[in-house]
Amino acid sequence: MMFKKLRNSFSQVPLLGWLLGALIAVVLEYYLGDALADVLRLPKIPVLFGFVIMLKKPLLIPSVLIFVMLIYALPIGAVARLSAPVTNRLVAWLFKLPMIISVAIHLGFLYAILHLWSDISAYRVLTLKLTMIAIIVTLSLNVINGYMGEFSCSHPGFMALGAYGASVFTVVLFAKDKLFGAAILPAALGPYMFPVALIIGGIFAALGALVIAIPSFRTRGDYLAIISLAFMFIVKSMIENLEIVGGPRGLSSQPDYANLPTVFLWTVACVWIINNFVRSTLGKSLNAVRDDEMAANAMTVNTRQTKIVAFLFSAFWAGVAGGLFAHVLRYVNPGTFGLQKLAEVLAMVYFGGLNSVYGSIVGAVSLSMLSEALRPLEIFKWIIIPLLLILVMIYRPTGLIAFKEFDVKKLIKPKHKQEKEV
Amino acid sequence: MTYFFQNLVNALQWGSFYALIALGYSMVYGILMLFNFAHGDIFMVGAYIGFGVATGVTALASFGAIALPNWLILVLTIIISMFLTSFVGMLVERLGYRPLREAPRASAAITGLMIGIILETGNLAMLGAKRVRFPSLIKSTTYNIGGVFVTNKKIMIVAVSLMLMLALHQFVRRTKYGMAMRAMAFDYVVVPLMGVSINTIAAMTFAIGSALAAAAGILFGVAYPVLDPYMGIVFGWKAFVAAILGGRGSILGACMAGFLLGFIEIFVAMIFPSTLRDLIAYSIILLILTFRPHGFFGEPYSARLRL
Repeated sequence: MMFKKLRNSFSQVPLLGWLLGALIAVVLEYYLGDALADVLRLPKIPVLFGFVIMLKKPLLIPSVLIFVMLIYALPIGAVARLSAPVTNRLVAWLFKLPMIISVAIHLGFLYAILHLWSDISAYRVLTLKLTMIAIIVTLSLNVINGYMGEFSCSHPGFMALGAYGASVFTVVLFAKDKLFGAAILPAALGPYMFPVALIIGGIFAALGALVIAIPSFRTRGDYLAIISLAFMFIVKSMIENLEIVGGPRGLSSQPDYANLPTVFLWTVACVWIINNFVRSTLGKSLNAVRDDEMAANAMTVNTRQTKIVAFLFSAFWAGVAGGLFAHVLRYVNPGTFGLQKLAEVLAMVYFGGLNSVYGSIVGAVSLSMLSEALRPLEIFKWIIIPLLLILVMIYRPTGLIAFKEFDVKKLIKPKHKQEKEV
Repeated sequence: MTYFFQNLVNALQWGSFYALIALGYSMVYGILMLFNFAHGDIFMVGAYIGFGVATGVTALASFGAIALPNWLILVLTIIISMFLTSFVGMLVERLGYRPLREAPRASAAITGLMIGIILETGNLAMLGAKRVRFPSLIKSTTYNIGGVFVTNKKIMIVAVSLMLMLALHQFVRRTKYGMAMRAMAFDYVVVPLMGVSINTIAAMTFAIGSALAAAAGILFGVAYPVLDPYMGIVFGWKAFVAAILGGRGSILGACMAGFLLGFIEIFVAMIFPSTLRDLIAYSIILLILTFRPHGFFGEPYSARLRL
């Protein structure tokens, strides 16, 4: 009863209210975090909501809980609830303006929160960037595995193509490297050309995807899975044999272009474009091909075109993610894009939920955060995470949030008081 | 020419590993229409169980008054480990696959991958990160047959795996349970209605597949006596490729494709630099599947596949 009441009262908080609360919490942490950590005798601000510290030093659990309570839970809850009347009115007013303004304001808030939150430590920045890249890869794989119902194993290969394509572009043009010699263009131009580099990486990956898209006309299911798996091995082995890009030693000295705003913008662009894609006619025809290819064909769906577009589109985003990945770590080697990566990406897609943009975001964020938070457990991490996934698969075989549309309008609309049930 | 035959012997040896593992994939696929992605790691577990059994039996033999000849220890090791590993397979089926029988096939694939990771990590947690040495049970003698050097280990490996394949063939063709398996592979919807329990047959299939993988693991340990917890990954995926290449659910196809994969890998490494092995081997497989999309003995693509 109590819980229901609480839930009812919080259900009036619009998204903007939550964002405002989170922003206040992050500001609090930014200015008071160190002092509070001192008072509570914590070595420093708990980096990932205290998970790491709690697992490492169980004695500190109470102080970590107090810290999380005071810095995150209380301010977020209080601000969100108390500001609800104001934010609701604000959101209602914004709602009358064009959507784009409203969305931009929400994204601005989100970015401010992430920026302040990650400003505390370099570790947070790296985790955040890798999480966002994981979102891009997961979404792009969901287009094939969820929306089109194939089992593609080739995404690490696409990522590798994108990573190397983008890296070679930036390293040749803007960096001094022992493989490619001095920079050709002035370094000041670099950050402006970075999107071009990523797009080139994406196009590289998309061209590679033709190798899988064309056989997919004749076969599907397990045989296509093998073809894509073989493709992944071929890409990895090809890069290992290309001495010009460093072979198995990898390619380093990528310039530091992938800062947080860049990665954030690309992630937002990816979510936006993929969400629009899967809700378009073409996206719906993916579902038709998945459910019954012959019937789809009879209903004037051009199955070949659908398949090829889906593969190229998905590979493009995987390539972009690969390019970002290479520039975040500023080092790539072909060994990264192997079976391990494949298992990781597949796990994210199926954990989050098939056929759903929400699900991909949830899957990517929760699994990457979980694997960071459980780091102190060392190898037992790799028992707990798989067990969790098996449980999810047994009780929700299509993933946590499957078959759910991502509706921006519904997300940001004002939440007025619900009428009492009669 | 002797060089060619020398490599032929090596290829036969590698092919028998692949074929034995691919059989497990293919049989499970035939019955349940899904791939047991934990199978490569069951191969690894089998090798480790074999290591444990071999050490144990050797210790027992040295304590006891009876002196067992080494070949008998090896035979005992293979039989006991096959028996023990089959329970691992049944456990995997019971915990990971039975609850998911009605679920989308991809979910079962993910479960298999995750069980594989648990097996690897569990092994790592129990035995530590150092590699173990498989005890050398038979002394290596080399025969020179017309310039081709053949060790007795290689002969034994190929002979034992061919024997196991023949035994499996006889089992599937001649026994009642084998008939039930074939029937289930033919139609897994109707046959359970005829009083054949799908649970029994599925558990049995997993057990047989795992036993074969364990045999492959021990044979691998005899040939290359260093075991590590991640050795199953590459073997598992390659055997998976072989199982698909042979045509899904086809036992003969899986054997042949396993040997073919061994041949391709060895001969590519013979002609080209060995770093190009994976590149060329997988390109050949890609070509084969592009022109023959349903493998050697598989049924043509049907639209009635589950998601």
